[in-house]
Amino acid sequence: MYKLLLCWRYLRTRYIALLCIVSVTLGVATMIVVNSVMAGFTHEMQGRLNGMLGDLIVRTRSLDGALDADAHMAKIRETVGDVVVGMSPTVHVPSLLYMTVGGESLPRQVTLIGIDEASYASVSQFGEFLQHPENRKQLSFNLRDEGYDVLDHQVPAEEAKPREVMRDAGWKYRSYKAMLAKQRAADEKRLRELREADAGSKADASATPATMDPFAAAAAASGEQEGRDFDPATEQHTGIVLGIGICGFRTPDGVDHYLGLPGDDVKVAFPLAVMPPEIVGQEYTVVDFYESKMSEYDANFAFVPLKALQKDRGMIDPKTGVGKFTTIQIKLKPGADADAIRDRLQEAFPQQLYQVSTWRDEQGALLAAVQMETAVLNVLLFMIIAVAGFGILAIFFMIVVEKTRDIGILKSLGASGWGILGIFLAYGLSLGIVGAGVGTIGGIIFVKNINEVADFLGWLTGQPVFDPSVYYFYKIPTIIEPVTVICIASGAMGIAILSSIIPAIRAASLHPVRALRFE
Amino acid sequence: MSRQPLQSTSASPGWITPRRAADAPLASPRSNGVLTLADHAARSRQELELTPVLEEVSIQLACRELFKSYRKGNIGIPVLQGISLFVERGEFLAIVGQSGSGKSTLMHLLATLDQPDAGEIRFDHHRIDNIPSAARDMLRNRHFGMVFQFYHLLPEMTALENVLAPAMIAGGVLGYLRNRAAYRRRAYELLEMVGIGHRAKHKPRELSGGEMQRAAVARALMLKPKLLFADEPTGNLDRASGESIMRMLAELNDREKLTIVMVTHDPWIAGQADRTVKLVEGRIAQG
Ligand SMILES: Nc1ncnc2c1ncn2[C@@H]1O[C@H](COP(=O)(O)OP(=O)(O)O)[C@@H](O)[C@H]1O
Ligand SMILES: [Mg+2]
Repeated sequence: MYKLLLCWRYLRTRYIALLCIVSVTLGVATMIVVNSVMAGFTHEMQGRLNGMLGDLIVRTRSLDGALDADAHMAKIRETVGDVVVGMSPTVHVPSLLYMTVGGESLPRQVTLIGIDEASYASVSQFGEFLQHPENRKQLSFNLRDEGYDVLDHQVPAEEAKPREVMRDAGWKYRSYKAMLAKQRAADEKRLRELREADAGSKADASATPATMDPFAAAAAASGEQEGRDFDPATEQHTGIVLGIGICGFRTPDGVDHYLGLPGDDVKVAFPLAVMPPEIVGQEYTVVDFYESKMSEYDANFAFVPLKALQKDRGMIDPKTGVGKFTTIQIKLKPGADADAIRDRLQEAFPQQLYQVSTWRDEQGALLAAVQMETAVLNVLLFMIIAVAGFGILAIFFMIVVEKTRDIGILKSLGASGWGILGIFLAYGLSLGIVGAGVGTIGGIIFVKNINEVADFLGWLTGQPVFDPSVYYFYKIPTIIEPVTVICIASGAMGIAILSSIIPAIRAASLHPVRALRFE
Repeated sequence: MSRQPLQSTSASPGWITPRRAADAPLASPRSNGVLTLADHAARSRQELELTPVLEEVSIQLACRELFKSYRKGNIGIPVLQGISLFVERGEFLAIVGQSGSGKSTLMHLLATLDQPDAGEIRFDHHRIDNIPSAARDMLRNRHFGMVFQFYHLLPEMTALENVLAPAMIAGGVLGYLRNRAAYRRRAYELLEMVGIGHRAKHKPRELSGGEMQRAAVARALMLKPKLLFADEPTGNLDRASGESIMRMLAELNDREKLTIVMVTHDPWIAGQADRTVKLVEGRIAQG
């Protein structure tokens, strides 16, 4: 009883000890914040990575792909069919995408991905990232009339910055643009005729042939009916879904700007799957954007229908009509051990021709970097708490020296060494509980309000702390993992107790007479 | 307040030094203290035969041939050199001697706060000098009460809590809480008895020396000890306070038949006791 009473009285009267646990508190709070933010980022990133890629990917080592996805899928089902939920063949090909911005052609490097509309949804959450609500239900490569999201559907409505231009996207926009183009073409034609008439009157028949219309040439290449004009006001090319980062960018104020909209035409150049190598250009009509919020993907991937891409790249065997694929995306049952299944699949497919990887392997470097960062930060912060432990040690020694006579008195009254030990251990524990407790609560409050804090700091310094144009998040993602919080708090308490053990043992082993005579 | 401080070690009587100096050449540096001790043990062996049989029923506390020396580096400073004495049940014994003669040391040994180098101590006929420390803690807690020159109250606790301290130590948390009401009642009674009932809620620093010593006496009596040790209980008090403390002790001895062993250097204070033992040069002076 005296232990508790004295421990309580020491807590109440020795604020210096409370001071020295401030560093424990700060350390705990910082660790909780760091871990929550890191966990939030990791989770968000994993969700997006895994959302875009299947759980498991079988990839041909050749960019030209391999014949007959169905046969391969049958083999996969045969090997690991018990855990496979869905499969979808795709064709990946690096390409150049040309966007026309203000009359200028703007080439961008993208990965063109041919996807099978029917089965792709079974391996990826691709659909959820699209901007048209109907496309989210069922992807179609046909341009929608209108109704593209003005507000980002992936964040709470009150936090999304409206993208007003998206209101225009769709057929209406396309027709309007076609009309403008037609008018301009007509104007130019008239101008040319005027000039020609002018030149013809001077130097007769030396008229240069009109430069070939590139659109007409592309239309011809894409196999559109000869002799009939492609009318962009009412017709579209093969649909393409662009990553939002390919034709959009976000300014630091969080507002999005677009270089093109659904309804615009883009040109893509990619190699044919033939020898000798040959590059072809193909026109596509943008039908939607997808926004996975992984800027790496959003700025890199463009999706087109698998069949069209196979045809355009010459990947269809003319005799049998069987197409080639470069990748099979596989969705596994939840909880399946992806690594083990990968190894089993890799055994089934010759390694020199196929590569099997999990989505973690694909993005391993990124995830490992985040994990590494978290680990390093944790070590550093825990060292801070350990340093605080030495502070506790020093102050406890001081208190033991100061209390030497009291210890002698207690012993003369019959208190045992263990009892004295108990006082100081309980003291250390209560300091630890106070320090870790305040730190935990403070850390959690900070995490809960981290975006407000970031906004405030941004307002204070005039520099946005969290730049949405960099991260493609509107907010800092956080996850408070109870296990982590408990580990951190108990670790800090452990350090507080550990550092009170030595002074406590010293107090307990003080000789009663020497302690009583202590001045 | 007339302060009569306890003689400190720096003012030890001059004889210690020459004596040790004389002994030193004889002794090997390794066993200097032991040799001195053995020497004295041999000399007082005859005295041992002369001492009366201690196992008498009326004897509550007795010690035989106590030796104690403090070590400084590897030289031993002999303090007690063969002390034999006894205390009868209900007796009020005063141990007198000059400052530095070893009175406090002797009292600490008798009260099991320290252990002798040689000799034995018996309490109710049981050896208490070589029992485990847990048993000694228990003995001090339940059977001995102690009052010191410098009061030795715990500064973080109120007078009442100080008086309750032995009970808190005795019972553990649950044991204390179960009997809390009874303990508090007894503590209040004791504070009333020593005349500072109105000061129960005060911290020691808010009390005068006399009041602190009264609280210390109340604390010593908390668990109804069989034996009260008092080390210069009036040493730090003015005459009036000292006298009232002495009256209190005498009354306790008188009415409750409490055995008291009191250490003092003041012959007048010692005069209040039933019997006086004089300590000179770490021995009992005859007569
Ligand atoms: N811890 C110690 N180390 C060395 N000498 C000590 C120690 N404690 C006491 N002494 C010496 O023991 C002698 C007796 O001390 P003490 O018992 O306090 O005497 P008294 O109470 O009679 O004044 C003194 O000379 C003192 O110097
Ligand atoms: Mg003394």
